[in-house]
Amino acid sequence: MVAQVGDIASFSIQTITWIFRRRSRWQVLVPIFYEIGVSSVSVVAITGTFIGMVLAVQAFHQFQMMGLASRLGSVINISIVKELGPVLAATMLAGRVGSAMAAELGTMRVTEQIDALSALGTNPIYYLVVPRFLACVLLIPLLTLMADFMGVIGGAVVSTQVLGVDSFAYWKHSRDFVGSLDLFAGVFKSYFFGSAIALISCHRGFNSRAGAEGVGQAATEAFVYSFIAILFLDFVLGLGWNSVYRAIWPQAEGLL
Amino acid sequence: MSVSAGLTSDQLGVATRGDRDDTLIELRNVSMKFRHQSVLRDISLSIHRGQTVCIIGESGCGKTVMLKLIIGLLQPSQGSVWFDGDNLANMGGKELVALRLRFGFLFQMAALFDSLTVFDNVAFGPREHHLMEEPEIKRMVAERLTEVGLPEGIELKKPAELSGGQRKRGGLARALALNPEAMLYDEPTTGLDPIMSDVINELILQTQHAKKTTGVVVTHDMKTVTKVADRVIMLYPISRLRPDESQILFDGTPEELESCRDPRVGQFVRGEAGERLREMATVRHNRTEQDEDDE
Repeated sequence: MVAQVGDIASFSIQTITWIFRRRSRWQVLVPIFYEIGVSSVSVVAITGTFIGMVLAVQAFHQFQMMGLASRLGSVINISIVKELGPVLAATMLAGRVGSAMAAELGTMRVTEQIDALSALGTNPIYYLVVPRFLACVLLIPLLTLMADFMGVIGGAVVSTQVLGVDSFAYWKHSRDFVGSLDLFAGVFKSYFFGSAIALISCHRGFNSRAGAEGVGQAATEAFVYSFIAILFLDFVLGLGWNSVYRAIWPQAEGLL
Repeated sequence: MSVSAGLTSDQLGVATRGDRDDTLIELRNVSMKFRHQSVLRDISLSIHRGQTVCIIGESGCGKTVMLKLIIGLLQPSQGSVWFDGDNLANMGGKELVALRLRFGFLFQMAALFDSLTVFDNVAFGPREHHLMEEPEIKRMVAERLTEVGLPEGIELKKPAELSGGQRKRGGLARALALNPEAMLYDEPTTGLDPIMSDVINELILQTQHAKKTTGVVVTHDMKTVTKVADRVIMLYPISRLRPDESQILFDGTPEELESCRDPRVGQFVRGEAGERLREMATVRHNRTEQDEDDE
């Protein structure tokens, strides 16, 4: 376990060093950015929409019983932009992209393509990991914003058009409760999620064992470890964010 | 027979002093262990410029490991690897990159990059290291693909669309892209039909003659040995050796290999199971006895 953590730490340091040591070529970056970012838009948008819709359905009856149905928007939207949007976008990225990256790099390891890169004088971390890391880190905030947007729209449509919540009150309470800082909190966390997904997935791929079983296991581990890392980081960053928020605005209520 | 096989570094220094400038690749008392498994033990050998050396031996005896040690993809547990008078262990990152660009490596399954076309695979080295302009790269790729006999139009295909023989030739074209001083071939004919194997052997021979490269060929294929080798080295698995025995069972010319008196060498050359069949019979016997005891 300690050796594993040390290995991932060393892998992460090498990746970050290579980002500054040599610039990646656009011809390498663009296809990876497309695969990780553009190809993930639809799945993240669909997931975000349904989460907003489900939240509306689940919360409506509780709030209606307390006579607070008009405040549904504030609860749905704060949950989406601070927690569910970033975590779901990251989870979808880990499932769709993380596993694929681990499987691809694992196959490259098993078929000696990674050795071939080294034999051709190219550092495999520079060529394979850095572009994937940059794509995950730079594009996950956009995917998070997409998940947030679709979740907000989904929640609003179901609340106002299906469940009959007053549209004016829904949006007014949303605006009162959800500030730009909340949106920023979610986007801020997503950078850490993206880094964790890229590093864990690439590390598992690089250390894949031989054979179909080894590559399959690397892909599974990439998702499972990434998911655990996302939840762990979400908890730690949530605590940290709350402490910073209270330190800056002691009079404000905790927003977690 | 070469005088260098199995000698200590001091002895090797004496033995090779006369032709030191002629030595391109040198292994001095190299041992390699993966965790607790010893793969190479105290290997010393020198390979001269322009020589084509075939390394033969059973699966798992450390032939591919030796190739990876030569190009610095692996570091020896003990001993040192030298290329053109420089110890690889003393090289920094940039020096190691420069060293690797002097080598061409044909991997066992060619190891063409799946995500790139054949053209981009062959152009990879010069592009990554900014060694040529794009028009020059285009000319070079066309030349290399012609040299290895790949038809026009294949450069636009991905490796998955190629046959085994085409992949190997694509890998060879990529390895030759930068006109290397030394070529390393890892089982170049494995998995190919006899005709395609002969084509690959011819290409190796042509490469060695036309470009005057030094070649190290790891193979099980005795036809490859007969066709391309100037010198043959046979390794033997450590687990089957006595502690005091050299892991290099044979070091000499292909003609000397035919007349070698060591039964283990003869057995390999003739492809006879011999001792292995007796071992298998013993294992079967032991397992049967154990099963009966259990019952």
